[in-house]
Amino acid sequence: MNSRQVVGIGVGAAFLVAATVVLLTFERPPVLTVQRGFRGTGMELVYNPRMLEVQAALQVLPEVLEPADDEDPRASEIYQNVQVLGNLSAGQFGRIMQAMTAWVSPEDKVEGGGCGYCHNLENFAEDSVYTKVVARRMLQMTQQINAQYANHVGVTGVTCYTCHRGNPVPQNVWSTQPANTSWAGGFAEVATGQNRPSRAAGLSSLPFDPFTPFLLDDQPIRIQGRTPLPSGNNQSTKQTEWTYALMMHFSNSLGVGCVNCHNSQQFSSWEESTPQRVTAWHGIGMLRDINRNYIQTLQPVFPAHRLGPEGDPLKANCTTCHQGAYKPLYGAPMLRDYPELNRVTQNPTEMRAP
Amino acid sequence: MIEYQNLFTRVQVRGPAYAGVPFARGDGPREGKPIFSHLAGILGDAQVGPIYLGWSGLVSLICGFVAFEIIGLNMWASVGWDPIQFIRLLPWLALEPPAPGYGLSFPPLAEGGWWLLAGFFLTTSVIMWWVRIYRRSRQLGLGTHTAWAFGAAIWLYLVLGFFRPLLMGSWGEAVPFGIFPHLDWTAALSIRYGNLFYNPFHALSIVFLYGSTLLFAMHGATILAAGRFGSEREVEQVIDRGTAHERCALFWRWTMGFNATFESVHRWAWWFAVLCPIAGGIGILLTGTVVDNWYLWAIKQGYAPSYPAVYPPMVDPASVLGAGR
Repeated sequence: MNSRQVVGIGVGAAFLVAATVVLLTFERPPVLTVQRGFRGTGMELVYNPRMLEVQAALQVLPEVLEPADDEDPRASEIYQNVQVLGNLSAGQFGRIMQAMTAWVSPEDKVEGGGCGYCHNLENFAEDSVYTKVVARRMLQMTQQINAQYANHVGVTGVTCYTCHRGNPVPQNVWSTQPANTSWAGGFAEVATGQNRPSRAAGLSSLPFDPFTPFLLDDQPIRIQGRTPLPSGNNQSTKQTEWTYALMMHFSNSLGVGCVNCHNSQQFSSWEESTPQRVTAWHGIGMLRDINRNYIQTLQPVFPAHRLGPEGDPLKANCTTCHQGAYKPLYGAPMLRDYPELNRVTQNPTEMRAP
Repeated sequence: MIEYQNLFTRVQVRGPAYAGVPFARGDGPREGKPIFSHLAGILGDAQVGPIYLGWSGLVSLICGFVAFEIIGLNMWASVGWDPIQFIRLLPWLALEPPAPGYGLSFPPLAEGGWWLLAGFFLTTSVIMWWVRIYRRSRQLGLGTHTAWAFGAAIWLYLVLGFFRPLLMGSWGEAVPFGIFPHLDWTAALSIRYGNLFYNPFHALSIVFLYGSTLLFAMHGATILAAGRFGSEREVEQVIDRGTAHERCALFWRWTMGFNATFESVHRWAWWFAVLCPIAGGIGILLTGTVVDNWYLWAIKQGYAPSYPAVYPPMVDPASVLGAGR
């Protein structure tokens, strides 16, 4: 091999490496930036119109059903076993059933879809299909979110469609991931819940299940000290990796960078954050509430194939509703077309497998 | 012109293998029969070997191998001994230090003990290699600049993995062994301690890092540019006028009014290079031990800028509601 060939191979290899880096790292322009803070501070959100186009197609509202009048009789008077929708008129009751079918188990898209997805078609009142028990609790969850968490969902509110988008199980859900696998008979390092491509955290090596500690349990998320010098803040760098993973999830879910909520010069400072951070803060409380009180409690109802590897039900995180948009469905006000959802009652319902 | 723009050595002159200067007192023999490699000759000298191993080199290689095996086998075990997953996930795999709860105790092997062992062997290996570099320099009658430059890197390594965890009272504060994991750890460290950007030693370290690249580029470019006058033959040139090196010096004198000497440019480069990890190590050593939040520290010292408010004043909702964190 003469030196000319060697030079050729060298140049070729360098070109390949450069091409790989360019193709995998960079995004083809144009790039749009949205200013989020004082000029010169780099508080800018970055969007690519080609990717927004793909995104926008996912954020389309379904057609609104004809409104139903609110005249008697009540649903509870003419149907049996109406536990949470008894306040609705018969017309409204029928309408919301029809809407739920279209949102969650549309006959034309879902195998076994239509009314029979939740009901025994011989006897609609019976609770013999587990999905009916789940749906009842989910109606209560929707009402809870709209009534108690206006600081997160605003007047826009949520409907079943916000998460389901025509799927019986929302496309973006999570369950606790086994973290403490012991390898080589316990001789090698026990798994640490990280150091795998973490889907939650943008394929980094950060923890892959930041949801269990933060969106189900209420482990402390805040890790930065509030004083210049040490004054008793014991949060470790390892704990920071968990918070970091959660924040990456927020970022991915909403299709935004850190600066949508934070001034990155000091993540912890509320004074320098944007108002969106307060909204997100309430969202954390909302998710803990619904995951704990509305979804986790349904655990005995679900069949095994609807449970995660640790036997817990599939739960909600930011992506469940947001699906890549800064506001789910770009903030389209869908709840106002379905006042029925606001009249779900929170009376205790039985949660057991049929 | 293109003759002088090469990445590789164009002409390889090959004589008989050179065994090197006579052995110094107390040295063992040099190992191996020298060979000639055309490929090596393209990058540097075509003669490969003999090599001096000695006891420090031997200990260093053995300890380095042990550390490499501890880390690699733990990573491999973590994918259930699947060779394909091992290669596919290798950039993500890691051997983590113990959980903070273990403090400075020696935890079970599976919960950080392996990390401590790997750290011990890697440190021994690195320090033995330092001893080897130091002794080779002395035995050849050289100064020990290389050893002290390597020592600067070892300082930063020990601060990250040993001195700072000791001061913090927890091995858990140390760096994991892993490709992406140690990078994620770096970002997490900066976030935890209030943004390392505001750590002045971090800033100094970056000055010396970028300064090193600038000096290296200037020096390399200058010598290569004078290649047509034989600038690679440094020794003969020092004493004569009109040589490549004098042209190099004059180039900078005429360009910016001031020029390095043949010796001083290397002194500059050496100090810039060693000050990068020395300053960085000081910055890391102070992080969490002396300063908990670098941004707030910079505010206190009056050098972090503050910008006009863009949003209405906001307060922590947790403080308003008295709710959880």
